[in-house]
Amino acid sequence: MKSAEEIFNILKENFNDNIKELVKQPVDPYILCDPLKINEISLFLLSNEGLLFDNLMNLSGVDDANGMSTTTGSITTIEGGTLSVYYHMESTKFRHKVVLRVSTPREKPEASSVALVWRSADWHEREAFDLLGINFLNHPDLRRILMPYDWEAGYPLRKDYANPEFYHGMKVPY
Amino acid sequence: MSYLDAQFDDNIIIAKVDDLFNWARLSSLWQVGFGLACCAIEMMATSASHYDFDRFGVIPRPSPRQSDIIIISGTVTLKMALRVKRLYEQMPDPKYVISMGSCSNCGGPYWEHGYHVLKGVDRVVPVDVYVPGCPPRPEALLEGLMKLQEKVRNESVVKKSA
Repeated sequence: MKSAEEIFNILKENFNDNIKELVKQPVDPYILCDPLKINEISLFLLSNEGLLFDNLMNLSGVDDANGMSTTTGSITTIEGGTLSVYYHMESTKFRHKVVLRVSTPREKPEASSVALVWRSADWHEREAFDLLGINFLNHPDLRRILMPYDWEAGYPLRKDYANPEFYHGMKVPY
Repeated sequence: MSYLDAQFDDNIIIAKVDDLFNWARLSSLWQVGFGLACCAIEMMATSASHYDFDRFGVIPRPSPRQSDIIIISGTVTLKMALRVKRLYEQMPDPKYVISMGSCSNCGGPYWEHGYHVLKGVDRVVPVDVYVPGCPPRPEALLEGLMKLQEKVRNESVVKKSA
């Protein structure tokens, strides 16, 4: 069983600058990583004999809403800032857990897919793509999962999202 | 010999066409075998032996083309709304809709922030009976069905009902 600091040090030895920092939050400490290297880091965490993170418990997208926010009337737009993805994983053998985070610019949100490392990530990434518009590179089947395939009003969980008036002639607001 | 045979042996029964048709229709309201969310669990419980939907002539059919009613049992998402509408359009006339539960009545708990939810199935198909509840108990659905039977009983082949 390894602590977050030990895991951070192991990753730092192997991936140098792609591992940015260990943030000791009030709840779970998390390791900030490079979004384009997260697939390699994940594969390492899964296959390293001392780590064996075989269970991706959760993968969630977050709108950090840390850019410039401008409000005109009822419409809010956010420019700049980041969208993040959090990875919660555990090892069923060693019973240790770790949280990774990647941040990617709001204008071009891209992260490497880990769907081929843990198959459970497949639909989680589709969800983050559907609701936040994060583009997971090399995902086998990156389609919307909850919203209709032809939904053009944007990504509902972004903080500057506005619901459309109509969808295929059906009124959307209450 | 059954009860009906004993009542009317060697006799002619005279009835109004309206009454005969309506009686036949309201006694065999076949439903589309179709469920959407948690309300569908209650609907299945209503179909099962304890509440026994079948005693009202309600049988789930595998095809909308063999059905008389569709019970919208659950949250209608925008994605599903198009499919619900298509199912309704595939049903032969006369056809009836029971909207079951708060979600399908008006959006329910998703009325404000449900970006993916249609705020009431009556925005895509005409609804005959609204059954309130979240989800409604089987008794409530049974009462909704009896309300629908009442409506069918008062229909006329000549006069078009609402």
